[in-house]
Amino acid sequence: MAQNLNYLRETASQTAGPYVHIGLAPGAAGFDIYKQELGWDIAGPNAAGERIRVEGRVIDGMGAPIKDVLLEVWQANAAGNYAHPEGGSPVEDGFRGWGRVITDFDTGEWGFDTVKPGKTRGRNVGTQAPHLNLWIVARGINIGLNTRMYFSDEAEANATDPVLNLIEWENRRATLIAARSERDGTPVYRFDIRLQGEDETVFFDV
Amino acid sequence: MTTPGEFYQRDRTLHPPAHTPGYKTSVARSPRYSMISLQNSVGEITGPVFGHNDIDAGDNDLIFNYAKPGESAIGERIILHGRVLDENGRPVPNTLVEIWQANAGGRYRHKKDTYLAPIDPNFGGCGRTLTDENGYYFFRTIKPGAYPWRNYVNSWRPAHIHLSVFGSGFVQRLITQLYFEGDPFLPICPIIQTIPDPEAVDQLIARLDLNATIPLDSVAYKFDVVLRGRRSTLFENRLEGN
Ligand SMILES: [Fe+2]
Repeated sequence: MAQNLNYLRETASQTAGPYVHIGLAPGAAGFDIYKQELGWDIAGPNAAGERIRVEGRVIDGMGAPIKDVLLEVWQANAAGNYAHPEGGSPVEDGFRGWGRVITDFDTGEWGFDTVKPGKTRGRNVGTQAPHLNLWIVARGINIGLNTRMYFSDEAEANATDPVLNLIEWENRRATLIAARSERDGTPVYRFDIRLQGEDETVFFDV
Repeated sequence: MTTPGEFYQRDRTLHPPAHTPGYKTSVARSPRYSMISLQNSVGEITGPVFGHNDIDAGDNDLIFNYAKPGESAIGERIILHGRVLDENGRPVPNTLVEIWQANAGGRYRHKKDTYLAPIDPNFGGCGRTLTDENGYYFFRTIKPGAYPWRNYVNSWRPAHIHLSVFGSGFVQRLITQLYFEGDPFLPICPIIQTIPDPEAVDQLIARLDLNATIPLDSVAYKFDVVLRGRRSTLFENRLEGN
């Protein structure tokens, strides 16, 4: 027998279940318990950059929107820095870059307001195109799904993004690019996430 | 000199795969293409930071955090405690731990739960806390009841508490469920059976911890959570254009 390496093993994931709102968004479950719920204010009042709205649905293999999803976002500020000791330069006071939303119980629509992130540093060299990191849990999802949302108006940066270029099938890269439109003067990005089918969204083993 | 680097690759053999037909809801909600393997960059090794301004001191006491003054939740009083560690065995300090659960009768306080067991007016069913500098956390709550669900006609969930943990990097993000030692529903639960590795299942079972029990008051269960660990960057070759 060789020596034991003594690493611990990661705790296994289990589905968030249908009642994830109780723990992570109790107001949506139907009761107020905490003085403040977390994750509703992503950018704060002082963040520089373009104020945007991001909306979408998560669609199952039958083509139906999933109505009990919880989605978390982790993003850089407009200068490309994350609100973390290893995230680059300091960010604006009140900018957290983290948000948490749930889908509407009737329509399956989710949405949040934030600022458009800037380019971030690459793994070792270069930059990555502006993007949001997304994490999706729900009943029937055994382990949280990681994906990224890129911006349709960043075609040049997207073309050289190292992560998009990792995706061998060029047509699948389009599943990660949100289309920009405008509503009442605010830019709105539409990002539908498809769990199955020909246009299944690209998910990452991060 | 070593600096923390990327997180260890996630060991997918201990986690449930996406598509697990015994848990029926997973069938239409599981991606079918392979995930794209992604080496960590800045957005993966970083993650949200939480502090004591985000939560209140009483948020970790589910017996009282939704109870009317002078009243308390009904059920078997328990302490749930343990540590959040990484795969290197190091504590994960100041990380947010959130839990949610059914009441002692197996009923959730949720507009979508219609199980006939009654709502406990003094029990909300959620709590949250930050680990201390040693990665230690604790909650006080009541032991949740088993409840029926529509997987097979006669499917019952073992008593369980849902648990959400962050860590320091977004790729450590984890939601799981903890179970209780000795529960007869454990071997027949379709959701537990999504996990292919028996040792990984054992790691989800909280143990009675008699030493931490408060005599004449509350029974303690111990549950440690392990998040992904990070490499030390030793002699790393940096590939161009990567
Ligand atoms: Fe549950």
